[in-house]
Amino acid sequence: MRKLFAAFLFCFATAAAAQLSIEVTGAGAQRIPIAIAPFAGEGALAQGISAIVRADLERSGLFRPLEVPVANPPLTEASGVNYAEWRTRQADALVQGSVAARPDGRFEVRFKLFDIVKGADLSGVAYTMSRQQARTTAHRIADFVYEKLTGEKGVFSTRIAYVVKRGNRFELQIADADGAGEETALASFEPIISPAWSPDGRRLAYVSFENKKPVVYVHSLADGKRQVAANFKGSNSAPAWAPDGSRLAVSLSRDGGSQIFSVSPDGSNVRRLTQSAGIDTEPVFSPDGQTLYFTSDRGGSAQIYRMPAGGGEAQRVTFDGTYNVSPRISPDGRLLAFIARNGGKFQVATMDLANRQTQILTDSDKDESPSFAPNGRMILLATVNGGRGVLSAVSSDGRIKQRLSLSAGDVREPAWGPYIK
Amino acid sequence: MRAIWIAVFTAGLAACSSSPTEQAPAGVEDRTSGTAKPDTTSTTPIAKVDVTGTGITGQDPAVKTGVLAQRSIFYDLDQYDIKDQYKPLVEAHARYLRDNPGRKMLVQGNTDERGSREYNISLGQKRSEGVKKMLLLLGAREDQVESVSLGEEKPRSEGHDETAWSQNRRSDVLYQGEY
Repeated sequence: MRKLFAAFLFCFATAAAAQLSIEVTGAGAQRIPIAIAPFAGEGALAQGISAIVRADLERSGLFRPLEVPVANPPLTEASGVNYAEWRTRQADALVQGSVAARPDGRFEVRFKLFDIVKGADLSGVAYTMSRQQARTTAHRIADFVYEKLTGEKGVFSTRIAYVVKRGNRFELQIADADGAGEETALASFEPIISPAWSPDGRRLAYVSFENKKPVVYVHSLADGKRQVAANFKGSNSAPAWAPDGSRLAVSLSRDGGSQIFSVSPDGSNVRRLTQSAGIDTEPVFSPDGQTLYFTSDRGGSAQIYRMPAGGGEAQRVTFDGTYNVSPRISPDGRLLAFIARNGGKFQVATMDLANRQTQILTDSDKDESPSFAPNGRMILLATVNGGRGVLSAVSSDGRIKQRLSLSAGDVREPAWGPYIK
Repeated sequence: MRAIWIAVFTAGLAACSSSPTEQAPAGVEDRTSGTAKPDTTSTTPIAKVDVTGTGITGQDPAVKTGVLAQRSIFYDLDQYDIKDQYKPLVEAHARYLRDNPGRKMLVQGNTDERGSREYNISLGQKRSEGVKKMLLLLGAREDQVESVSLGEEKPRSEGHDETAWSQNRRSDVLYQGEY
């Protein structure tokens, strides 16, 4: 019994010693040239604002930030714009802004976005924030610019979850989408896998081995409270949230074999959804909540199937090869991302669900755990580079690639969180 | 700090004593120290717990000697059946469980590192259930044996080649008090 203490768990906030850094290794063909002027007064903040906005937009692979000459006096959102001059610098868009300290110790951040090609003011926003909210504010500005210029919502202010292994220690961490500001939600001497964000972004479901077997927990991030969602005899794993947050689909072996069940987040209302003689696992809901995709070996090899979310007859979805696993559905419901084994390589692939066209997106060979960004543009995944677990991201059209590396330890099991409401 | 120990201890007890289809209570651990609030820089004091060198208490010495001391069954790639060479091992443990109806066992199935972590949980489960099935056929009772899977998460060998993988495609049998 004393060995149970090895599974002693605790929560705490970490220093920013081992931050994820992101390297873009591919980019879109037509990147929007954009000038982001230094914000007047941003020197009052440790990291400023404009540099974070610039880094966010550049990392997306859709923007090409331009050098901006030093202006005196510094440009602000209220400065006039010399469109002709910016056109000669070949900027298509321009951001100008300012940071001002308020008497209450907080700051006011204002900015405006300009369309240089059309010579138009695309409006802006003013935020009141504490010093600690500077990064969040910068991500929100980047989201604003991204949405105005690309027409789709930005994901710079969303968060990601992942597991870091250092020696025999496992930490479930949460970071900004750019890898900064990471915090540890759970630390354990036993493995943690399969984190899944609740649709409101307040809770994570995951599998922890702290009781020497896989058990599904639901963890409230704000207060660290945990509930056991599934701890039956046998193995309990693969949690997936229904889009309305009311229940989880999980894989349980309580009746023998691995079968898919529906369970409430507090562990009540358990209902079996599949009845096969083989393995059924890795359930995931379609965004409309109507369909469950899952992995099964019922046809003799590991393939992806789908069935009505309440259970019922399953249809096979993947047919090429003998190992297609870990299904995920894009937020618009059109694309299936999964892991395909090709030769000895495990790679991220997508299938267009309308015409079943399949595309391999990566050239790595140990890919796992794909996860769509909430706007569907990028897919986050775990892979191995130089013998170490790293996170990487690829655009769902395969064109843009990013590598996220941590200074120490193995990183795995990424999950991209929802939009922050 | 004491409240945490009690919570962990209680959760552990609940897990150990759960009957076949009964779910351990959906307990809520109240750990007031931990938060995921942004901008928190204070760290909770962490009680250091030394779990090295803990002896197994109350163990029957019989399970530490002879064939009962053998606890691992290894598998070929994509195989789940117990090879002939491991049958005497399973038979001995089945006999012991039959003769000691108060003893309980956990069978942990494991896989090598290749492929999906979750799918590997299911493959490891297939291995441990194969062992459990044979134990039951040979006289152990259903309520004495729990089969679970650790998938690829607890490799015995950390290497990335067939030598390591063959060590990791494995079922381990543990008696209550050993896990």
